[in-house]
Amino acid sequence: MTSVMAAKVKAKRVAQLIARGKRLDGRELNDYREVQIESGLIERAEGSARVRLGKTEVLVGVKIEMGEPFTDTPNEGVLTVNAELVPLASPTFEAGPPDENSIELARVVDRGIRESKTIPTDDLVIEPGKKVFVVFVDVYVLNHDGNLIDASALAALAALLNTKMFNYEVKEGEVKIKPGYKPLPLRDYPIAVTFAKINDQLIVDPWLEEEQAMDARLTMAIEKDGKICAMQKGGYGTFTTQQIIEASKIAQQKAAELRALIVKE
Amino acid sequence: MPVFHEKRQLVTPGDLLAENDYIHGENTYKENGKIYATRVGLFNHDDKRIFVVALKSFYVPMVGDTVIGKVLEVTLGGWIVDIRAPYVAMLRASDALERPVRPQKDDLPALFDVGDMMIAKIVAYDRTRDPLLTVLERGLGKVTRGQIIEITPTKIPRVIGKKGSMITMIKNETGCQIAIGQNGRIAIMGKTPEDERSAIMAIRMIEQEAHTTGLTDRVTEMLRKEKSEKSTKEVVENVPKET
Amino acid sequence: MSQKKPEKLIDENDIRYDGRKLNEMRPVKIEVGILGNADGSAYIEQGKNRILAAVYGPREIHPKHQALPDRAALRCRYHMAPFSVQERKSPAPSRRELEISKVMREALEPSVFTEYYPRTAIDLFVEVLQADGGTRCAGITVASLALADAGIPMRDLVSACAAGKAEGRLILDLNDSEDKSSDGADMPIAYMPNLNAITLLQMDGMLTNEEFEQVLNMGVEGCKQISQLQRDALRAKYVAAKEAAGEREEEPEEANEQ
Repeated sequence: MTSVMAAKVKAKRVAQLIARGKRLDGRELNDYREVQIESGLIERAEGSARVRLGKTEVLVGVKIEMGEPFTDTPNEGVLTVNAELVPLASPTFEAGPPDENSIELARVVDRGIRESKTIPTDDLVIEPGKKVFVVFVDVYVLNHDGNLIDASALAALAALLNTKMFNYEVKEGEVKIKPGYKPLPLRDYPIAVTFAKINDQLIVDPWLEEEQAMDARLTMAIEKDGKICAMQKGGYGTFTTQQIIEASKIAQQKAAELRALIVKE
Repeated sequence: MPVFHEKRQLVTPGDLLAENDYIHGENTYKENGKIYATRVGLFNHDDKRIFVVALKSFYVPMVGDTVIGKVLEVTLGGWIVDIRAPYVAMLRASDALERPVRPQKDDLPALFDVGDMMIAKIVAYDRTRDPLLTVLERGLGKVTRGQIIEITPTKIPRVIGKKGSMITMIKNETGCQIAIGQNGRIAIMGKTPEDERSAIMAIRMIEQEAHTTGLTDRVTEMLRKEKSEKSTKEVVENVPKET
Repeated sequence: MSQKKPEKLIDENDIRYDGRKLNEMRPVKIEVGILGNADGSAYIEQGKNRILAAVYGPREIHPKHQALPDRAALRCRYHMAPFSVQERKSPAPSRRELEISKVMREALEPSVFTEYYPRTAIDLFVEVLQADGGTRCAGITVASLALADAGIPMRDLVSACAAGKAEGRLILDLNDSEDKSSDGADMPIAYMPNLNAITLLQMDGMLTNEEFEQVLNMGVEGCKQISQLQRDALRAKYVAAKEAAGEREEEPEEANEQ
């Protein structure tokens, strides 16, 4: 019964308001929706976290297994990020192999973590060239109400912060598990900030109706010291260099605000 | 005549409501002389009938209902319209144009394009085919401005109020034109987005607090407070308010 | 996290390694209506199980050739998250998930008045976020609630529970270790309590005729307990909304505006 195409009337209203500096849900142009973070809810997983960004809800589970390294990086552990847009999250999601949207989501979240060298993959080697730890980050979208990228990236970071690895020692080529756990060492805390462009105006954290009215989006991943480590533009529209530079400044500020919610320094 | 629950007690699907000589009404079914609930809701009965007032149900098309629909597709002969029901509806060109349709000359998308919203009436519906709409009556047609919100269809009578008292009050207090679809969609067209926002707040308040008494008064009070607060704040556009 | 495999599942006092008695169910927590987009939804925690169910429908059916002329097509997808089990599971559906999807659909179909909505689809999605044995039963329990939450008319709620045998003793609500025990048996059951009808029955393991009857009865009793918990959860969700509809009925009798 739910149909998803943006009603033109609504899109028009969204654009009109934004031209005057206001959003349909009362937010300022640079405001995020309310963020709720809960960690450790899936004990089976080595780490887990659920983020609610407004009504968007994403669950991330981290599993650590032992495996072989890639042949071109024999002395590094492996990080792999996967995203599932499960059908229950939205009437537009269909069951089946990952489509281009879930692949883009996974790769953008991956880029933020990988490029910032958040996970010290050289620390994840058990036997050089033969056995390493493989960190699986699985992003599970539970409810889609806009801005899946930021919610997923935030949940992924919170899940990694929550992740524990078992203690082990290598004896006679065999990995023996020892009692106790230690937290997964993390070197950075990348945060993704996504902008939507509607009628030449940039807004932060678009919700579903704004996403349906936008002509382009821009995501920036910011490291803890303010450097930009990943970017992704999406949608058929365009940005001017001015807009991109302006966005990068806002992204720095918003990233710091979001990071403070999960990383207590 | 045994009934097994108090009036207005919450019942769940499969709950045994009564036996034998009653007629099974809304949201119930009868099997082997026993009447059971089919939905979560409040039990009620009179001398003859057992029924349940469902707390949540979706809109099922009924001939004669005014609905607000969204165009999904333009076809050769008309439009396919989403009316937030288990079935999509059809609007034939002949029910949208007052004169005979000329397929070569008439530009259907110009009339209603994909994504357009319309206020329409259901003229036909049965189990074998999708509901048929018309827009050829007064008050029907394309929605060109304003906002459209969705609420649970069961709350629509509440938004209308007894003899339309609630909706008339909201229209007066906000100066908005409001069209109500039985399918749970409401179109609000005001002079400013702020007026529309007030009307929406009023409707959401009704949706949340429908169980309380004195609701009309409280909604009125809320709207008046909004209005006075707005006039003391800096407003982007100053529009003279009609009394 | 790696699970310690207990040496003995049940001790000499008939107490299970997680502290339960033989016929005791794991602690259950249920919430209804927790997802924004779905037409109906529900969530259950049963022991370590964490399972989410959502319903979309009745809605237009795609692909069109799956439409049934005289009723709604009930479609069910049971799926496990990669992080839901001990060893990470690939997100692609396995044969086990496909079989469970089918038996779940067949367990729930008898309860839904599909004949009211011909040519439509009622789509059920069950996502296992964490698994510890008995997920198809917990999945049916929560899927049935999601259907009720969506306002889809039903003959009865479907309640599900497993019973079986481990280390020679008959037990209720097996967890993963008990399920996997070598000489045991596992019997998932789904049941419509008000109509006294069983809609799902499977078994693996070995039981004598006598044991089978005992296990079946134990399972049905477990289903009845689940049914109570389901109805409590529906009540809890609607306690506030309840007066709303009640007021509406009163209006015509009152002379003055509410």
